[in-house]
Amino acid sequence: MLLTITTTHQPATDLGYLIGKHPGRAQSFELNVGQAHVFYPEASAERCTVALLLDIDPIALVRGPGETIGHYVNDRPYAAASLMAVAISRVFRRGESKERPELAQTPIALEANVPVLRCRAGKAKIEAVLAPLGYERIEIEPLPLDPKFPEWGSSPYFSLRLAGTLKLSELLSHLYVLLPALDGDKHYWVGGDEVQKLVDHGPWLAGHPEREWIASRYLKRRRSLVREALSQLIIEDDDDVEDADQQRDEREAQIERPLSLNEQRLRAVLDVLVEHGAHSVVDVGCGEGRLLALLMEERRFDRLLGVDVSCIALERAADRLKLERLPAMQRARIELKQSSLTYRDDALKGFDAAVAVEVIEHIDAERLGPVEANLFGHAAPPLVVITTPNAEYNVLFESLNAGAFRHGDHRFEWTREQFQAWCANIAGRFGYEVVHRMIGKVDPAHGAPTQMAIFAKREAA
Amino acid sequence: MTPLPIEIPALCLVVLIGPSGAGKSTFARTHFKPTEVLSSDVCRGLVSDDENNQAATKDAFDVLYFIAAKRLAAGLLTVVDATNVRSDDRKHLVALAKQYHVLPVAVVFDLPEALYHERNQSRADRQFGAHVVRGQVQALHRSMRGLEREGFRHITVMKREDDVARAVIQRTRLWNDKRHEHGPFDLIGDVHGCLSETCTLLRKLGYRIEGTRQAPQVTPPEGRRALFLGDLVDRGPDSPGVLYLVMAMVEQGSALCVPGNHDIKLMRKLAGRQVSLTHGIAETLEQIEREPPEFKVKAREFIDSLVSHFVLDDGKLVVAHAGLKESLQGRTSGAVREFALYGETTGETDEYGLPVRYQWANDYRGSAMVVYGHTPVLHAEWINRTICIDTGCVFGGELTALRYPERELVSVPAEKEHYAPIKPLAPPTQLRAGLTLDIDDVIGKRSVETRFGRRITVQEENARAALEVMSRFAVDPRWLIYLPPTMSPPATAPSGDLLERPEEAFDYFRSQGVREIVCQEKHMGSRAVIVLCRDLHTASARFQIESDGRGVIVTRTGRRFFKDRAVENALLDRLDHAMTTAGLWAKLDSDWIALDAELMPWSAKAEELLRLQYAPTGAAGAAALAAANLALARTTARGVDVAALATAFAARGALMQQYIEAYQRYCWTVTDPSDLKIGPFHVLAFEGQVGLAKSHRWQLDVLDALCAVNPSGLVSTDRRWVALGDPASEKEAIDWWHAITAANAEGMVVKPVDSVVRDRKGLLLQPAIKCRGREYLRIIYGPTYSEPAQLEALRVRSVSGKRSLAAREFALGLEALHRFVDREPLYRVHECVFGVLALESEPIDPRL
Repeated sequence: MLLTITTTHQPATDLGYLIGKHPGRAQSFELNVGQAHVFYPEASAERCTVALLLDIDPIALVRGPGETIGHYVNDRPYAAASLMAVAISRVFRRGESKERPELAQTPIALEANVPVLRCRAGKAKIEAVLAPLGYERIEIEPLPLDPKFPEWGSSPYFSLRLAGTLKLSELLSHLYVLLPALDGDKHYWVGGDEVQKLVDHGPWLAGHPEREWIASRYLKRRRSLVREALSQLIIEDDDDVEDADQQRDEREAQIERPLSLNEQRLRAVLDVLVEHGAHSVVDVGCGEGRLLALLMEERRFDRLLGVDVSCIALERAADRLKLERLPAMQRARIELKQSSLTYRDDALKGFDAAVAVEVIEHIDAERLGPVEANLFGHAAPPLVVITTPNAEYNVLFESLNAGAFRHGDHRFEWTREQFQAWCANIAGRFGYEVVHRMIGKVDPAHGAPTQMAIFAKREAA
Repeated sequence: MTPLPIEIPALCLVVLIGPSGAGKSTFARTHFKPTEVLSSDVCRGLVSDDENNQAATKDAFDVLYFIAAKRLAAGLLTVVDATNVRSDDRKHLVALAKQYHVLPVAVVFDLPEALYHERNQSRADRQFGAHVVRGQVQALHRSMRGLEREGFRHITVMKREDDVARAVIQRTRLWNDKRHEHGPFDLIGDVHGCLSETCTLLRKLGYRIEGTRQAPQVTPPEGRRALFLGDLVDRGPDSPGVLYLVMAMVEQGSALCVPGNHDIKLMRKLAGRQVSLTHGIAETLEQIEREPPEFKVKAREFIDSLVSHFVLDDGKLVVAHAGLKESLQGRTSGAVREFALYGETTGETDEYGLPVRYQWANDYRGSAMVVYGHTPVLHAEWINRTICIDTGCVFGGELTALRYPERELVSVPAEKEHYAPIKPLAPPTQLRAGLTLDIDDVIGKRSVETRFGRRITVQEENARAALEVMSRFAVDPRWLIYLPPTMSPPATAPSGDLLERPEEAFDYFRSQGVREIVCQEKHMGSRAVIVLCRDLHTASARFQIESDGRGVIVTRTGRRFFKDRAVENALLDRLDHAMTTAGLWAKLDSDWIALDAELMPWSAKAEELLRLQYAPTGAAGAAALAAANLALARTTARGVDVAALATAFAARGALMQQYIEAYQRYCWTVTDPSDLKIGPFHVLAFEGQVGLAKSHRWQLDVLDALCAVNPSGLVSTDRRWVALGDPASEKEAIDWWHAITAANAEGMVVKPVDSVVRDRKGLLLQPAIKCRGREYLRIIYGPTYSEPAQLEALRVRSVSGKRSLAAREFALGLEALHRFVDREPLYRVHECVFGVLALESEPIDPRL
């Protein structure tokens, strides 16, 4: 990967003093995972360019200490990101100069050229991050992915050219923080000192409108063992699997945002549980535990069980519910457990109510059979509450394309008629009475965004 | 000294009863294994570090009861060594015995009181006074006579020291224990007075019936015996005739019989008890009136002598009229007998006013086969390892026998509807719930027994990952009869410009004593497991799949390959057409087949991977290297020496282009199913056979015939047969590998011709070793891996973990196929397939 910095501040060759490298020579420095080479493709009094070329050992990246990259086939040797940031701080000495101390403190005409920068968030994000920093010129050119297969779409790479009048140390500080942040993938595990590094480097960051995005991207989370195992099975991106899920959740939330529908949904379910006098509830497909958190606030619920098929969701739910810090009396009210409705689980038996909020549409329609039998036939609580999107309403979501689902993992979205037919069939087979309610703002033609079915078990004759 | 025999059942709860100092512990030590004896003193020690700490009594007994319960649940005889002198002390033990359906046995030490005192005084650790022992003696005497009422059976009281010394424990077989009887048997369902059909069925099974109706003489086929599953009587035309026949056969040793609820009711009536004269008993009583008077006594005594269930053939077969749950098999209690006769009901009644039966068979996870009758069904059908063979003869259905161990069903039709059923016979679909999977079938740390010489352990965290994938992404488990194992590369080439070569693959098989191997071209696409049925009926009958198509194509993690069902159907139709045209359905005598294949192009399934990993690396690499080379050129032009760097980066730029070409080679645009190609290379299974266990010669012959029908849509697998040790033969294959990898091929896969081969220890060899080409490996090890320095670093890799994983996954996958072909229950197939998926989540170098 390459970074070049050019100045036209005259004499331009003073750039060599600012970074402490002679323009007439090529020099090399050892890095943990390869070498950094510094040389000058041009060096005249009018214009001087220094190149920082990293020769990364791809095998050391994979096999080195704290390895974080699973594949030898990766862009890390080529895209300027955290490895480049490390090299900048090692080789360019932050733009402080013994020979030209006053020049180091002077804003001069500078240009930085990053031939390959990765930013999955797109060009607009790069602009949003760079624009507040006062550059005169910001050129961002997208790079093609594979011209032979245009159907694969665009690449996440850009060539970046920045020009402005500023101190070299400022330019280097921007690059040091922003290259890894825009890239979003650190090559080594984040430790406590990374937080300090960020604070040290970015006084300019405090006033930056994108500072939270930058900081969150710079400081990457750790993964648990289960997530490691899971990532062996689910090939998404080389980013975390969870990110993809979270993005889809966020997307769905955004589509539905104008109504803050999720909030209404949870309240509606809570109301039903209270109406029916339920004291113990199993939340099937509890996800991150938003409903459970709401139910924990109500003292009437003395036994709560959240089950989900996703270990990651359960970890998040445990965080949200602060399970580890709950006092014993509170802790005794709630349990989380991994389970799957595809399998029959005795742990789901014996509750006053079972709720499945926005769950069934994540299951392939042809695999609903066992789910029905396990929930209504086996667990068979007196009350079952199910919510699911009302597909008819989708036309009213401005940000949703026609025929698309609200969430990338939805296997179907039903109309009111489809859902009601499904419910009636279940009620008949398993001895329940079912009533339907709408959740959210009701449109006269299309109904409400969410539909809810309330199943009450018929008394045994 | 004459021995004093104490008879106890082989499985029971022995409660030793006697004051301190009676010598119970010594007695237990003498007559029982140390692990059979649970001592309250030892338990006190376990929970308090002091065997005599009376304050720890409650905790000590909690421990004792807990262990006792575990042992009894596991079917192990257990001896409780505590004073047990009070009725209250014993109540808990009797309840425990009842809970696990074993008999509580009392062995009482009622010795002269002076003896206890004397012994206790001589022991330093016994500090309690004489009054304690006196109290115990009094308590014993007060409650001793009530032992039988408390529920004890086999009560032995020893009054003298001499009795204790002479005691000899004799363990006796329970009545239901016929493990030593190995059959073969012909199990016959509910007869209900249908004498004529019974005789027809017996003759069909090869029995010769001579003599008269009242004194029949039956000669079974050599070595076989009939086994009647009860309900001999009621509803049908000649219940006494059936009784004559079965009584004679049992007496002559040509039959065994368990009683049915109708038989028991008849016996009660004949014994003068009040019973309601419904459900066909009135007809029976009329028929009996026409028999000689002594018949009533004979019939009553016969039924009374019957044992409610049998455990046969080393525990592999269990028979009872209404079936039997695993926890009740080989046990004795009123509850066991109730279940064996009547089954269990849910307490509800259906629209015909009949009790709703609890479908215990759906939950059955036992290893013994359970054969039963009681509930008439339209067809006999396996549910887990159980089968009901009451096919409603008396209601105009059939009389059915199951030949054991052949598992073959033999039926004769009813001569007429002898009795009108209250409700129509249940169609088999109502029993389909037997396909239920329990979370406990898959989750937690598990170990799966295979027929390949080892148990395979699945760790909990791997099972958790697999549960999510299986639930969220996989197809219906009923389709999922196999997942492919991972495959190991050969040991790394020690030197030269290659990482992998055929030589090392050959060395592996040679070192394992394999003589004949086959090298198969490795198609570069995505792995696909294909299940294809001839029609929807087969999907329903064999896979219990309704309305989910007639087959499925799944990825190596069990996901449906295509979201678009039209594409899947088009490919299944293509295969079906080829199967039909090639005459393979007929040749294999099967209506379904499972194939292991490669689906091409790679980009069809791996597009995401290409988009997110392979193409981006090429895009970033090409752009970055171009910029670097330009900067280096300009620096050189200035006269600064960067020659070494410039040469290296120029070479790297060329390698990046080679890399881009390498992945592009396996990509083409798919607009229509006809752009997709299937390269089948294993015949996994078909009706009655595990194809994967057959030689690769046989499998490839079948597949060649299949592919020949449609060469453009079905890609045959090129191969070379190699005799290991024949240098010419080996060289030919090596040259071939160089040629195909220089062209387009990914590489080749080396397999022993005999397919499933075991090593000297009986464990499975690697089923295959993949040998990948130099260019293909750029996709694996990175664009520039062939630079000498990188190559040397990459040589340091170990394939042992991968090999171990491959062998375990292969054992599980093959086991799954065998279980499916043997028609084992779904959960038994699924636990293997789930295991493969779970093992796949083990962290193994993904480049191997």
